[in-house]
Amino acid sequence: MQITLKIFRYNPEVDSTFHYETYTLEGEETDRVLDLLEKVKGYNDGTLSFRRSCAHGVCGSDALRINGRNYLACKVLVRDIGTNITVEPILGMKIIKDLIVDMEPFFENYKKVLPWFINDSPLPADGKERLQSPEQRAIFDEGTKCILCACCTTSCPSFWASDDYLGPAALVTAHRFIFDSRDEAASERMEIVSETSGLARCHTAFNCTLACPREIPITKLIGELKIATITGKIE
Amino acid sequence: MANIHQFDVVVVGAGGAGLMAGLYASRTAKTAVISKLYPTRSHTGAAQGGIGAALGNIEEDRPEWHTYDTVKGSDYLGDQDAIEFMCEEAPQAVLELEHMGLPFDRTPDGKISQRPFGGHTNNETGKPVRRAAHAADRTGHMILQTLYQQCLKNKVNFFDEYQVLDLLIVDGKAVGVVAVNLADGELHTFHAKSVIIATGGHGRIFEVTSNAYAYTGDGIAIAMRRGIPMEDMEFFQFHPTGIYKLGILITEGVRGEGGILINGQGERFMPKYAPTVKDLASRDVISRAIYTEIREGRGVDGKNYVWLDARPESIVKYAALDGRTNIDGTPYTITGEQLLAKLPDIVDFNRVYLGIDPVTQMMPIQPTAHYTMGGIPTNKYGEVVIDDKNTVMPGLYAAGECACVSVHGANRLGTNSLLDLVVFGKYAGLKAAEYANQAEFGKLPVDAEAATRSAFEALRNGSGKENAFDIAVEMKKVMFDEVGIYRSEKGMKIAIEKVRELRERYKQVKVTDTGKIFNTEMLNAWELGCMLEIAEVVAECALNRQESRGGHSREDFPNRDDVNWLKHTLAWWKDGKTAIDYKPVTITKYQPKARVY
Ligand SMILES: Cc1cc2nc3c(=O)[nH]c(=O)nc-3n(C[C@H](O)[C@H](O)[C@H](O)COP(=O)(O)OP(=O)(O)OC[C@H]3O[C@@H](n4cnc5c(N)ncnc54)[C@H](O)[C@@H]3O)c2cc1C
Ligand code: FES
Repeated sequence: MQITLKIFRYNPEVDSTFHYETYTLEGEETDRVLDLLEKVKGYNDGTLSFRRSCAHGVCGSDALRINGRNYLACKVLVRDIGTNITVEPILGMKIIKDLIVDMEPFFENYKKVLPWFINDSPLPADGKERLQSPEQRAIFDEGTKCILCACCTTSCPSFWASDDYLGPAALVTAHRFIFDSRDEAASERMEIVSETSGLARCHTAFNCTLACPREIPITKLIGELKIATITGKIE
Repeated sequence: MANIHQFDVVVVGAGGAGLMAGLYASRTAKTAVISKLYPTRSHTGAAQGGIGAALGNIEEDRPEWHTYDTVKGSDYLGDQDAIEFMCEEAPQAVLELEHMGLPFDRTPDGKISQRPFGGHTNNETGKPVRRAAHAADRTGHMILQTLYQQCLKNKVNFFDEYQVLDLLIVDGKAVGVVAVNLADGELHTFHAKSVIIATGGHGRIFEVTSNAYAYTGDGIAIAMRRGIPMEDMEFFQFHPTGIYKLGILITEGVRGEGGILINGQGERFMPKYAPTVKDLASRDVISRAIYTEIREGRGVDGKNYVWLDARPESIVKYAALDGRTNIDGTPYTITGEQLLAKLPDIVDFNRVYLGIDPVTQMMPIQPTAHYTMGGIPTNKYGEVVIDDKNTVMPGLYAAGECACVSVHGANRLGTNSLLDLVVFGKYAGLKAAEYANQAEFGKLPVDAEAATRSAFEALRNGSGKENAFDIAVEMKKVMFDEVGIYRSEKGMKIAIEKVRELRERYKQVKVTDTGKIFNTEMLNAWELGCMLEIAEVVAECALNRQESRGGHSREDFPNRDDVNWLKHTLAWWKDGKTAIDYKPVTITKYQPKARVY
């Protein structure tokens, strides 16, 4: 079948501003948008630039705005969105070239919530694992799926309004540690997410949850964080 | 020559192996980790099923059993001292990951949960043993995240989206690497006392593969061009269960949870090939079984695929026939809901890419190119060894999929790669720092970046008569068809000739992007150059080995030949040709015997 691909283009070394380029190519219903981008790059225009690696939705490289919605290009098929496809960079980030944006501010926000396990108590005397029941493990399971693709954060109106907002991805990471029974830095993290650039900026627009390619119920997790900061209880 | 950095230790690659090495090296030495991808995009994040260790959390298990299973799995080509070392270290390595916060799944009593995996057995009963520690079907993702987070916590220096293009060796010592910063196209020289290569494998030389676009074998190609021999390059693993045509992996964990393989006639066929462990035999055995079924006309609808059946009613039925029980002795059962909880990503892949629900439908699968067993030869401390006497090259280390210790020999067991990363990544990091702390910086070459610049220039100035994308497609196809699961002299000669032709045509490729910022066209073309050279070495080594062993199955030499071929291949890339020699296999406790599952 014939597919029309309209792609956002911007090369700072040549262009003063962005434009759109339209390509028509042969494809199949089961093609990933990423497959189509690869074809365009291989045969139509080698200069087209985008990030990608795993090609099956687990590495988080290719978050893009496709037909006006955030997806991973490797996890959305022609049969899902039809044969007229518009591809743009994710919103709210500085565009470096074509579909590639500057991810540094996103990772900086991630680092703010202390995204690492903290437990300075002595290890169990037998040197074995710290015990955790399946129920305790289940409480923070959803957040552990995050691949830091930024689909959520860059779909959030509060983030568009101001990029010092931590954003849903960083909050999901905070949740993953705060609700881990083994972690000891919950109160420190709760303080961080309670600051003005944190939870208060979330107005439950729900965009993040819809955008997440890992189906993490982000709004729900943020809600749990909000309750925890109000009640001081983690459960 | 503006951008020169000095570090005691430079780690190339930020997957499981590179991060582990970086974490350990940075404790005592000034360390940089350079990665062409953001660390969390590394392919370790794709690993699904689990990491192997004889923790014995659910049932009796012992490191000796793990050692023997790995030796047997390797078809006796693995070095037994290194295998024993890895399997003895395994329980501690997995516990260390837990102590770093890795969210493993749990047993009812709160311990790390474990599942069965192919080739891992109770050596007394011969039955599958629960040895794979897991976090749902995203164990690698959790390892990658946890290690990256620990590196952030410990303030490891990262150079993200810097691609290494050359290894600097002066007077027989590694002295650094050359890299390009993708964001602005500037070249950088990293002057180091120790260099650790941890760049992963090269599955992208094959058409159908579970491997990421980034799996282009850069580290192996760079080292090979600088005179380092490669070990056992003929051994490449084809995983039995990739999604038909796409190659996306369906973890062996599906069969660990009770899934079975079914041919086009609706028969479960593995009992014919592996009567004891059946669908949990070693990967090479199962991939060949699938091919045999297909060739003998029992593929589905005469096509190149069979079914993987994980519908709960099938699992329960076959578990009952096999006498599989839970730990408490009750018959093994599973519900659709449990399957979804244990294998959420697998269910998701099927829904997204095939539009099917594995709880109610069977999955169409075919073998997929999966794992690079061969690579840069090292000893068990990650030190690169450059000849048949295992002479160490000062300052050079390798770990992870790009390295060949060799613990996987002719066929890797599932869950042993993640283990390999954490064990040998750690030791490579420790050794590299130890060496750096007593060594002086070697002298850099006069113009360290010269070779890299001229490689780029050649690609810019090609005639443009050839298209890089076409060349890649043709290489992948011939490698998959002729140097795949079954190999023959005739086919491999065709492949070698084809790859040589493609290498010639590659010289006519022209990179049209003249910019510096994210010139991905240039880097893709450069990577294709790496893959073409690797493909030729793989095919040459495969043609040279006149026997069948593990992942290397010759139709013209169907048997294993311990008299002539119980030895490692070493291959040098010299003046655009492959030169082959050998090195002995280390055998300690286990004498080779026939391999039956
Ligand atoms: C789908 C899938 C499932 C798997 N499941 C399992 C499993 O359940 N259990 C198991 O044990 N194994 C499994 N494996 C195998 C295992 O995941 C890999 O072998 C392992 O993760 C490789 O780790 P690594 O650290 O060597 O490389 P990677 O994690 O791939 O890291 C390579 C790093 O090198 C960098 N790099 C590469 N080239 C350059 C360059 N030129 N310059 C700078 N940086 C560079 C990359 O950016 C990356 O950071 C699986 C593999 C796949 C593909
Ligand atoms: S390429 Fe990895 S998520 Fe799409």
